[in-house]
Amino acid sequence: MAQGGMARSSRMNNGSAGKAATQASAVSAPGTKHPLYKSREPIYPKLAHGTYRRIKWAIMVVTLGIYYLLPWLRFDRGPNAPDQAVLLDLPGRRFYFFWIEIWPQEVYYLTGLLILGALALFLATSLFGRVWCGYTCPQTVWTDLFIHVERWIQGDRNRRIRLDRQPWNFEKIWKKGLTHLVWLLIAVATGGAWVFYFADAPTLMHELLVGTAPAPAYIAIGAFTFTTYSLGGLMREQVCIYMCPWPRIQGAMFDEYTLLVSYDEQRGEPRGPHKKGEPWEGRGDCVDCRQCVAVCPMGIDIRDGPQLECIQCALCIDACDEIMDRVGRPRRLIRYATLATPSGKRLEFKPIRPRTVIYATLIVLIGGLMLYSLLTRSDLEASVLHDRNPLYVRLSDGGVRNGYQLKVLNKSHDARDLKLSIEGLPAVSILRPLHEGPADRIRVDPDDVAAVRLYLKVPKAVLRDSAFDDGEAEVTFRLTDPASGSQAEAHSVFRVPTRRR
Amino acid sequence: MTRPRETDDVTGIETTGHEWDGIKELDNPLPRWWVNIFYACILGAIVFWVLYPSWPIWNGQEWTFVRGVIGTTPRDDVEKALARQAAQRARWQEQINKTPLAGIVKDPELLEFAIAGGKAAFGDNCAPCHGTGAQGGPGFPNLNDDEWLWGGTLDDIHQTITHGIRWESDPETRMSIMQGYLKDQILSREEVSDVVQYVLNFTGRASDPQAVERGAKTFADICSACHGADGKGNKYVGAPDLTNDIWLYGGDPETIFETVANGRAGQMPAWIERLDPATIKELAIYVHSLGGGLPGEETAAAE
Repeated sequence: MAQGGMARSSRMNNGSAGKAATQASAVSAPGTKHPLYKSREPIYPKLAHGTYRRIKWAIMVVTLGIYYLLPWLRFDRGPNAPDQAVLLDLPGRRFYFFWIEIWPQEVYYLTGLLILGALALFLATSLFGRVWCGYTCPQTVWTDLFIHVERWIQGDRNRRIRLDRQPWNFEKIWKKGLTHLVWLLIAVATGGAWVFYFADAPTLMHELLVGTAPAPAYIAIGAFTFTTYSLGGLMREQVCIYMCPWPRIQGAMFDEYTLLVSYDEQRGEPRGPHKKGEPWEGRGDCVDCRQCVAVCPMGIDIRDGPQLECIQCALCIDACDEIMDRVGRPRRLIRYATLATPSGKRLEFKPIRPRTVIYATLIVLIGGLMLYSLLTRSDLEASVLHDRNPLYVRLSDGGVRNGYQLKVLNKSHDARDLKLSIEGLPAVSILRPLHEGPADRIRVDPDDVAAVRLYLKVPKAVLRDSAFDDGEAEVTFRLTDPASGSQAEAHSVFRVPTRRR
Repeated sequence: MTRPRETDDVTGIETTGHEWDGIKELDNPLPRWWVNIFYACILGAIVFWVLYPSWPIWNGQEWTFVRGVIGTTPRDDVEKALARQAAQRARWQEQINKTPLAGIVKDPELLEFAIAGGKAAFGDNCAPCHGTGAQGGPGFPNLNDDEWLWGGTLDDIHQTITHGIRWESDPETRMSIMQGYLKDQILSREEVSDVVQYVLNFTGRASDPQAVERGAKTFADICSACHGADGKGNKYVGAPDLTNDIWLYGGDPETIFETVANGRAGQMPAWIERLDPATIKELAIYVHSLGGGLPGEETAAAE
């Protein structure tokens, strides 16, 4: 398959190769005009009817429904926590997803999700080709929606072509104007829904309406309005062809066992118009009605073979089936099938192959690992940092003191009074300058981090203890919640002056 | 380009003339959106030329630059940001000014601000001698420990930072003299040696018991005036405790001999000459918070 700059030319490779070949190896005359840019060829996709169109309707309803409604879903987490089911609280540095709450240092869960997403994409692609592109990619879903708006206001393919060709008159102005207005409204709603993921939805909705929402909300809505309107309304298939890297990666995902939307050349050729009553012997089933081209949102001819532009939306299958029914030939002249080998033979679809087994295994492994760590993580964590400067302080009584920065993470939604105990040091005492109350009690607010500056001191008498043989001793800070009994520990060292030999 | 260009058989599109191992590159046009963005970038650059400083100009004396229609420069922005920050801090600074030391340490918010501010000021002003971790060095006291020449309460530390030590331009400066007893011919070399043995004996490190006995009289006659008969020092004259494990210049016999023979007179500037009172308060609180600060009357409740 051609790639990069040769993309647009590749569509002629199979079917129309003959026509182009007649031009022979012409050498163009000097001064031939080279346009500076490729102008967009307008595409007027016709409405298809059939199984795959119905699947696409269903997926559009489900994906858009999730996107628009999810932020409004409530999920009770008790007091001291938001009740929005899915919330990315950036100022508060918390991600909420139903019963899961992610802290900034646990962002690797998001990384893991991205890796899982990538692997799932690889698996789906190696099995069924570009199903992501064809059915669920936001670019495809929104473009589909925008095309339906166009169709609803301006009519189907032929009427849209006519409208575009006719001079600007009242009908054209109001139809075109209304189309763009509805597109803009959808675009605004797209940006509007996005920002609700980042703040309490009802509150933000109210703020947006009365004009008191924070500036980033308006900026995000503006940016999304612009991108949705231009990508879904104006650029459409050009996004897939020129901007998206995914079509370029496809080649590495397909193989001869992958199911792809493809035209059955052996059955279809030689193609040609067919009149009712004429025999079918000696000709192919393709009646060259070009309905597969008419419904294609990418504006290509599937009969030219696999192409970079094809997002495998399968609408051409629906279009062709309708025609096959009408002419009385079997359905699925265009269908999900493996690619034809050079000899014209097609291999049987094989879902279980090394590639798919590896992808599936990795998905199970990584997913399992993430799930395990998510289920076993504690809601109480501690970390401690030993002072680097000075490493230790010798006191007037000969004792040695070390300074530490102790951080205690309370991931529960209740305040906690924790007891600190120090393990590994003989005769140790805890000092907290300018702190009121017992030094071994640490209070952490709900869903918060307590940063505690503290010192440990050991008297001179124990410095000869074997614990300090290496000039430092391992020390464990153990925090216990007397209420629940849950514990957290952090490890560090206690340094002493090196002994004179 | 005048050279005749080859057209690809299959696509009917001209080639660029580049060829690698028989593979030729088609001269496909760029997509319109790409070209438009490219033009928009060129336009944007021109807008920037007009709005922001861009062209160097010679004004007759030196090279300067066109200021642009907005009339601002990144340097102006920095200065404005600094002024804004100073204005923000002013509120806190004023509160620190108004509140006595004991009050600051009882207000957690004010205390946090004071410690943060004190830490920054310490790095800028104190670290060259006392070290970034306030760990000191020979002749420069370690501020983390609990041995204080001139007292370790908040007020003592504040007084020391404000007026300095042996800083003659400040009439309230901390002042005392550790003479060079050999240099000034008050004691003989043997007498100094003996008194060094006596001092070492406080920490159980004397090597010559007879010298200790001989040194006792000299110590009682001369040294005890400041260091006390028991060698525990005197915070009012900055005389160090000679009986503990902390030695400002070093606790080995040679260094102690050097100290007694030639004297010591460490100095610290009176910082009130350079810093504002609020910063000095912050410094005092920061140093006190390092772990060695002693409870004074005002902080006794907090400790």
